[in-house]
Amino acid sequence: MGIFDFLRKGPQNTASLAKNRLTILIQEERDRSGRGAPDYLPMLRRELLEVIRKFVNVDANAVDVKTHKDGDHDVLELSIALPDKASPATASG
Amino acid sequence: MTENIVVTSGKGGVGKTTTSASIAVGLAKRGKKVAVIDFDVGLRNLDLIMGCERRVVYDFVNVIHNECTLKQALIRDKRYETLYVLAASQTRDKDALTQDGVQRVLDELAADDFDYVVCDSPAGIEKGAFLAMYFADRAIVVVNPEVSSVRDSDRILGLLSSKTRRAEAGNGKVQEHLLLTRYNPARVASGDMMSIADVEEILGIKVVGVIPESEGVLAASNSGVPVILDEASNAGQAYDDAVARLLGDERALRFTEAPKKGFFSRVFGG
Repeated sequence: MGIFDFLRKGPQNTASLAKNRLTILIQEERDRSGRGAPDYLPMLRRELLEVIRKFVNVDANAVDVKTHKDGDHDVLELSIALPDKASPATASG
Repeated sequence: MTENIVVTSGKGGVGKTTTSASIAVGLAKRGKKVAVIDFDVGLRNLDLIMGCERRVVYDFVNVIHNECTLKQALIRDKRYETLYVLAASQTRDKDALTQDGVQRVLDELAADDFDYVVCDSPAGIEKGAFLAMYFADRAIVVVNPEVSSVRDSDRILGLLSSKTRRAEAGNGKVQEHLLLTRYNPARVASGDMMSIADVEEILGIKVVGVIPESEGVLAASNSGVPVILDEASNAGQAYDDAVARLLGDERALRFTEAPKKGFFSRVFGG
């Protein structure tokens, strides 16, 4: 800080402005894309798929697991698409 | 074991190619067998930064389309005999790359005992960028301390955790490293550039290196000598530190503090 600094124009400390804007924006974008979700989700998805396949033959992408925020709590959402005509799995347990 | 390292950023002009060239040279300098591949089909530039633009006969797309062998297309570096460059095609459109083709080239490099394959991604999030990151084991996300670059890096980090072979197979995530480039400590000190800590906090990962804004970078690209070889420049030394850290060494950050001001500049502003 020099004593003549007041003579210079230009916004002061724009870096903190940038940081605040980015912090908010990036959090919103991560929430929207489901990022920041717990990292056990892929494994949960795979194991659910295995369990379901013991009973019904479903596609590999039939199970969808995601989290989202509802008010101030997190919701774990499972969606399982059954085939048109559910055929029971041949192997039992 | 061959390790695939993608150098990516989302935003253009942040220093991906400069970084790819210096990282590849830094690894080769330490005796590793390295191939560096330009994925920017249609906008070839890695050859210029590496200084081998006059020796490009065949390119990446020729290999993928079986118009030559991989050996014919790999350009051996004049400085390090374990370093090879695979240039991008200058004429073809970006759809010339295919996932199968890229995988075949990477498999062949692995079979040929390469230690590292550095994939220089194009800007954006389209096919070339997707293919550059798809097979990665590690990613170096190049970011400038500037709002649009930081935002784009976060998008790229999201893609790395979902649109890669590792993510899809569920066998461990791609190891992510942040490389901050064009860092200007004086501007950080005066409060008009985000600091290392700011960027790390926003993106939630630590930097593997910080490259100061340096005249050496332009001089290096002018002369076709990757800046890591300019041992007199701060940027060159900072890249060397980054390579050492990638290989597991611990090195303190350098060139990240503004020079102390003298009496006159403190009184009169500097």
